[in-house]
Amino acid sequence: MTTMNAMNAMNATNDDPQQETALPIKIAVRDLNFYYGKFLALKQISLDIPEHCVTAFIGPSGCGKSTLLRTFNRMYELYPEQRATGSITLDGENLLASTQDIALIRARIGMVFQKPTPFPMSIFDNIAFGVKLFENLSRIDMEERVEWALKKAALWDEVKDKLPQSGASLSGGQQQRLCIARGVAIKPEVLLLDEPCSALDPISTARIEELIAEIKKDYTVIIVTHNMQQAARCSDYTAYMYLGELMEFGETEQMFLKPVRQETEDYITGRFG
Amino acid sequence: MKTNEIANENADQNPDRARIARFARRKQINRIALTLSLAAMLFGMFWLAWILWETLRLGLGSLSMAMLTQSTPPPNEPLGEGGLANAIMGSLLMVALATFVGAPIGILSGVYLAEYDPRGKLAMIIRFVNDLLLSAPSIIIGLFVYAVMVVRFKAFSGWAGAVALALIVIPVVIRTTENMLMLIPAGLREAAYALGAPKWKVITRITLTAARAGVLTGILLAVARISGETAPLLFTALNNQFWNFGLDGPTANLPVTILQFAMSPYENWQQLAWGGVFLITMAVLGLNILARVLSRKK
Repeated sequence: MTTMNAMNAMNATNDDPQQETALPIKIAVRDLNFYYGKFLALKQISLDIPEHCVTAFIGPSGCGKSTLLRTFNRMYELYPEQRATGSITLDGENLLASTQDIALIRARIGMVFQKPTPFPMSIFDNIAFGVKLFENLSRIDMEERVEWALKKAALWDEVKDKLPQSGASLSGGQQQRLCIARGVAIKPEVLLLDEPCSALDPISTARIEELIAEIKKDYTVIIVTHNMQQAARCSDYTAYMYLGELMEFGETEQMFLKPVRQETEDYITGRFG
Repeated sequence: MKTNEIANENADQNPDRARIARFARRKQINRIALTLSLAAMLFGMFWLAWILWETLRLGLGSLSMAMLTQSTPPPNEPLGEGGLANAIMGSLLMVALATFVGAPIGILSGVYLAEYDPRGKLAMIIRFVNDLLLSAPSIIIGLFVYAVMVVRFKAFSGWAGAVALALIVIPVVIRTTENMLMLIPAGLREAAYALGAPKWKVITRITLTAARAGVLTGILLAVARISGETAPLLFTALNNQFWNFGLDGPTANLPVTILQFAMSPYENWQQLAWGGVFLITMAVLGLNILARVLSRKK
């Protein structure tokens, strides 16, 4: 596994001072191109996602940030007309060329979507469903795991008395936290969050942001967000994308205080996009 | 300059008046459209209500314990002697068999179309053929089963009747299953795959479960449809005045019995025909209500 500097691997735009923060790299993306049919949606993306950090992808709609996120667990494979070239390396293994069963990769890289997607089953089973796929737990161990996951997602107190109820009976914010609990429960190494707060009210959003800060100790988190403040608040690294290209990537603080490129500054300050 | 000013002044005053006039016209059009659609609705409902009323009036009169417990009588027996029990039994057996055979085939095909190959060439062909089957006159299906089963085995039978009915169930269930699965948002599927779930598990535990009310509704509507089908049974199960539990040989059933008895000159048979009509109508009504309740509870 490469332990080179997160910044070093960046494209030439980033000649920056953080050489000494030698963080271990969790995911390394190299020369990634992505196609929707003939349309080239990602152009030569290369970046390194540091371990146990929160990395935010920002950029205007259609810039490819969600598309990039969906290549990390090969979600695009569900759609035959979509394909990716290049390499995405997770702990030294190229995911795009992997012969491993895709299910095993997805168990290591969890994902939470923009809209809450509770499964048509009880709250308990919503969490247990994913766990059962890879682990054979006794009833008691499973109950413990469900409680642990729900506590991680700050949902336990609200649902502990109604675990047998349908997941769809929860409010939108609760459903989204249920989905996060579901992702956390299978103990992945990486958690992908695709605009997890865009359908939520400010209180639920704050809860989820607290949660992100809490779970980054154990997981590598990548979050796609439209909300600049959210990126500034809860991420350690930020990538700014525009029209399928990675424009700038660096420490969040650095990027928001003193972006290297004018376009980045324009976007962050709201003059564009 | 002057004409311009006048034009402006006109424009200042006129818009208001024009707007009010247009609004009045719009309301007028709305009233006409509403009246027309109400009238159309009442026209349709009138015939439906009449059908139900006649069925009730004539059917209720012949309803008796004997009708439900005794088998079909010979002609010209006194009224109240004999019943439809053997026909009810035959109908139940054939409809149940057709559903148990047809529904799983339909569900599996629907799953293939919606989950495995939604945009493939084979799926296109299956969909096209299925649409043909869906709209095929049921007498053609009856004649088909007659040709391949009844002629070959040289016997009318309840089995042939059940096969004909199953052929009607299958396309209905395929269509509803596919449609219901297509309604499941892609996000739900993706969320399950994102956890590392294998395809068969995503289908059985997530998408089919989420669509189960709709799929079940489709099956119920298919049952409702075949419980009144006469043509496919005319060439296959034929009819029988006696009990036939084994489905070998001609088997009594409600639709064909109704046809025969209603066309007969004997008063006791005509009575029983109305009783049978009443039973089928009530069964179909009940199935439809059940389907409604199921699809609402989501």
